[in-house]
Amino acid sequence: MADDKALATPAPDGDVAVPTTAARKRDEAAARGALSQVLDTVAGFGVSFGTIFRKLETEEYPEEKRPTAKRFHGRHQLNRHPDGLEKCVGCELCAWACPADAILVEGADNDDTPLDEGGQGRFSPGERYGRVYQINYLRCIFCGLCIEACPTRALTMTNEYELADNSREKLIFTKEQLLAPLQEGMAAPPHAMAPHMEERDYFLGKVHSATPEQHAEADQLTEGGAH
Amino acid sequence: MGLEEQLPSGILLSTIEGLAGYMRKASMWPATFGLACCAIEMMAVGTPDYDIARFGMERFSATPRQADLMIVAGRVSQKMAPVVRQVYDQMPNPKWVIAMGVCASSGGMFNNYAIVQGVDHIVPVDIYLPGCPPRPEMLLNAIITLHKEIVKMPLGANRVAAARAAEEAALAATPTHQMKGLLA
Repeated sequence: MADDKALATPAPDGDVAVPTTAARKRDEAAARGALSQVLDTVAGFGVSFGTIFRKLETEEYPEEKRPTAKRFHGRHQLNRHPDGLEKCVGCELCAWACPADAILVEGADNDDTPLDEGGQGRFSPGERYGRVYQINYLRCIFCGLCIEACPTRALTMTNEYELADNSREKLIFTKEQLLAPLQEGMAAPPHAMAPHMEERDYFLGKVHSATPEQHAEADQLTEGGAH
Repeated sequence: MGLEEQLPSGILLSTIEGLAGYMRKASMWPATFGLACCAIEMMAVGTPDYDIARFGMERFSATPRQADLMIVAGRVSQKMAPVVRQVYDQMPNPKWVIAMGVCASSGGMFNNYAIVQGVDHIVPVDIYLPGCPPRPEMLLNAIITLHKEIVKMPLGANRVAAARAAEEAALAATPTHQMKGLLA
């Protein structure tokens, strides 16, 4: 602005005209010669060129995923006891804790009546299990209050975050999608509890894997279901 | 619109569809449409750390007339709804919408009279992205999911048939305001 003013207002009589900044630059450039002017233009690319040799900070997302924080709040998981029975007891405390009303739970009674006599089967140790378990990921804000509310550590969160999909229906995860996959030594429920064990023994860590009888019962059921 | 609209459906059209889809997915420009906290994560995607330019989105377009993708990032209030619709209408075809975050997707935890319960009440949404807010990788994942859909987008005669089928399905579907349970 000062330069503009100096250009616009004529120098008062008797004073020596002060050269403007632009004029001074022109004089300097002329003094340095044509070659340096050309090099000035090239020097501007020096920064761009030097960047080629710098370490790349970008996360190459789909190819190389940076691990999340260990306790990142991602997709939920319904855990199992070491013998494959579900930990969820259908108490609905998670649904009550949820500030966004994203969880739907419907409990039902475990039934030890044999299946061929009309029994519904046993899915968890103890009295009740979660028959319907749904989480609406378009409401869930991943706050983790459901995890805090869960009395049996049945509900925990994984670090998985790739959830985008193209319809509302697909983002309501049902129990089958949320249940942890069967690990080594687990038998798929419904099956009986471990012999000589009661519910509290499961939480005291006395059950370590499914017994052969439990495996046999689960295998029989899958074969029966296949027919 | 162009020559592709006149082609009969067949091998030629499906080849052009594939080619056009491949080019379209690699040259999308998002409109800046940050409404709330999700916008911060959307801005983070533009930084060199995540670098949205790797997906052909060289810059966020400040005018909807130069944008193909509207990322609705944040909760849409009832007062903002007509503006969202106007911005969408000003975008030239073909155009896509990502509902970023739970508020834009379904209202999220703001289940009240002030917030539109899902931006799909006012504009057609292609990708729903959960998260509150979604981390930048989640937005990139949504964009990649959208790319997969764009590649399959029909043209010409196929597009007319697809639009008719979509309209039939939409007429048969339960309106969003009548949905019950977790879908509401």
